[in-house]
Amino acid sequence: MLEIKKLHKSYAIGDSSLHVLKGIDLSVAQGEMVAIMGSSGSGKSTLLNIIGMLDEADEGDYILDDVPIKNLTEKKAAIYRNKFLGFIFQSFNLINYKNALENVGLPLYYQGLKRKERQEKARFHLKKVGLLDWATHLPSELSGGQKQRVAIARALASDPKLLLADEPTGALDTTTSYDIMAFLQQLNDEGKTILIVTHEEDIAAMCKRIVRLRDGVIMEDKKVTQVRAETHV
Amino acid sequence: MFDIDLWREIFQSINKNRTRSLLSGFTVTFAILLFTVLFGIANGLNNTFAEEFVDDAANAVFIRSGTTTKPYKGLQAGRKIQFKNEDYQYIKTDFDENVEFITSRIYKDVAASYKNEKNNYSLRAVHPDHQYLEKTKVYQGRYINQRDMDLKTKVVVIGRLVKEDLFLKTDPIGQYINLSGISYKVVGVFADDGGDNEERLLYMPLTTAQLVYGNNDYVDQINLTYDPKLDFNQAIDFGLDLEKKLKERFFVAANDQRAVRVFNMAMQNKGINQMTSVLGILILVIGLGTLIAGIVGISNIMIFIVKERTKEIGIRKALGASPKSIVSIILIESILITTIAGYFGLLLGMGILEWVGPSLKTYFITNPSVSTSLVISATLTLVGAGTLAGYLPAKRASKIKPIVALRDD
Repeated sequence: MLEIKKLHKSYAIGDSSLHVLKGIDLSVAQGEMVAIMGSSGSGKSTLLNIIGMLDEADEGDYILDDVPIKNLTEKKAAIYRNKFLGFIFQSFNLINYKNALENVGLPLYYQGLKRKERQEKARFHLKKVGLLDWATHLPSELSGGQKQRVAIARALASDPKLLLADEPTGALDTTTSYDIMAFLQQLNDEGKTILIVTHEEDIAAMCKRIVRLRDGVIMEDKKVTQVRAETHV
Repeated sequence: MFDIDLWREIFQSINKNRTRSLLSGFTVTFAILLFTVLFGIANGLNNTFAEEFVDDAANAVFIRSGTTTKPYKGLQAGRKIQFKNEDYQYIKTDFDENVEFITSRIYKDVAASYKNEKNNYSLRAVHPDHQYLEKTKVYQGRYINQRDMDLKTKVVVIGRLVKEDLFLKTDPIGQYINLSGISYKVVGVFADDGGDNEERLLYMPLTTAQLVYGNNDYVDQINLTYDPKLDFNQAIDFGLDLEKKLKERFFVAANDQRAVRVFNMAMQNKGINQMTSVLGILILVIGLGTLIAGIVGISNIMIFIVKERTKEIGIRKALGASPKSIVSIILIESILITTIAGYFGLLLGMGILEWVGPSLKTYFITNPSVSTSLVISATLTLVGAGTLAGYLPAKRASKIKPIVALRDD
């Protein structure tokens, strides 16, 4: 469902340019759970940005669900992001003046859904992450793990093809991290394709495939036996 | 298209970020309030000046005669100067190009009666031009005309208060009024902004008065208005020239202050005009100053707001918000706040003017007020400035890559 071929990306720094991605080939099938690993400067963030349509590659092809992602206008990118992608961030990035339900409903707002429909769907997803009782609470009244669950519910709300998680457990303690991972695994079991950027080996081990980047190229791409998170909890 | 969800988003954002909303609203309210109050006070000062001189035309010249105080060309001091019709004619002909309206005046005191009502009044016998000189407003019937002058008809135009005194509630037009034993037909009723005394007067054709009172061609005073196209200096020169020529005509020493007196409104108007133009500049500076301060204030706040919301914008973009929706949510919010706040400032400012206005009369401030359209345009200017000031950073923010906006600081 995700096809990347000979992807190159450079950033201009003053007069010189920094070659960040030097020909990445990656293909992810429906239902995979992939960890993208690498030290800082390896290009993993840039890769995620391009996959997330937040940045464009200089060279190479990127096809998402049979749609070539190229020369997108801002507007088109916004529509594709809304339709194809669900983002999960290290720092949750909930809107602080909106309650849990409203946060989850936001992608649906940008889909142009009616208020009633939005609330219904948002409620459904909140229930899925087990936080329906917290629907009217502001993010400041939730714990870190709860916030990330709300963020996951929000990422799921628009029913995206692909979940992109950027260090989803980076701001959480180990127990909560595994809790979140268990939930992501459960989503993957249900068929969601998930891409996780992380630098933690134990988190990566909970995926089904690990892609290691170094200096803009893929060093290693191997399938692993998934460690079930719930065994740690 | 009315998008209820967009408005719901905006109201939530305003409501949940009260400090921010109040802060930006306060700036606009305060700017408009200051603008209204300062402008109103300046207008009040202007009104005072305007009101002081409503009685007579602003370009009037009054020419009066007296007795000589200095001997001149073999003539002794103490000689009485008497204007006649020929002097009126002389000024009218020789100064034709500078004279707009001209009239002679004869003063008489009369005992007037109509049926059972009696009273004493001042009478002015005048030329038809007098109406424009004195800004007399005839609201019933007509004024003295040339035909009255030619035929020396026995007609009078009476003041509003004369009518009230003598005719009570009845219609005076066409009725005959008795003035010291002679009957005159009332042909008109007039009002005058110059006060009650100006409305307790009677006007009569000059020729009639000359026939009835002494059968001579004497006049007491000559009033004229100079051509309004003359500027103050030209008008002053004209007045001085007129005075000089008249003094020669009557063999009066140039430095004799009493025999021929020319009072020129241009002299005093020049001073007043300088004062009001300085005041006008002051008003402009005050108005622009407060507006600019308001614009700078709202611009700063908008830039700050956009900066504060960068992260939120990034989140919204990642969730699929188009750049257009980002810009519009920020702009509509700012327009809404500035408009409401501006309107509030307008109400507050006008309320204050209304409230303290009457008590400011002692400080030469009459009826301090600002035209609503002016304040509304000032408010719109601020709204526009706020929009513009918000648009540029909002546009930039809408282009920020979400990842950059979301980067943890």
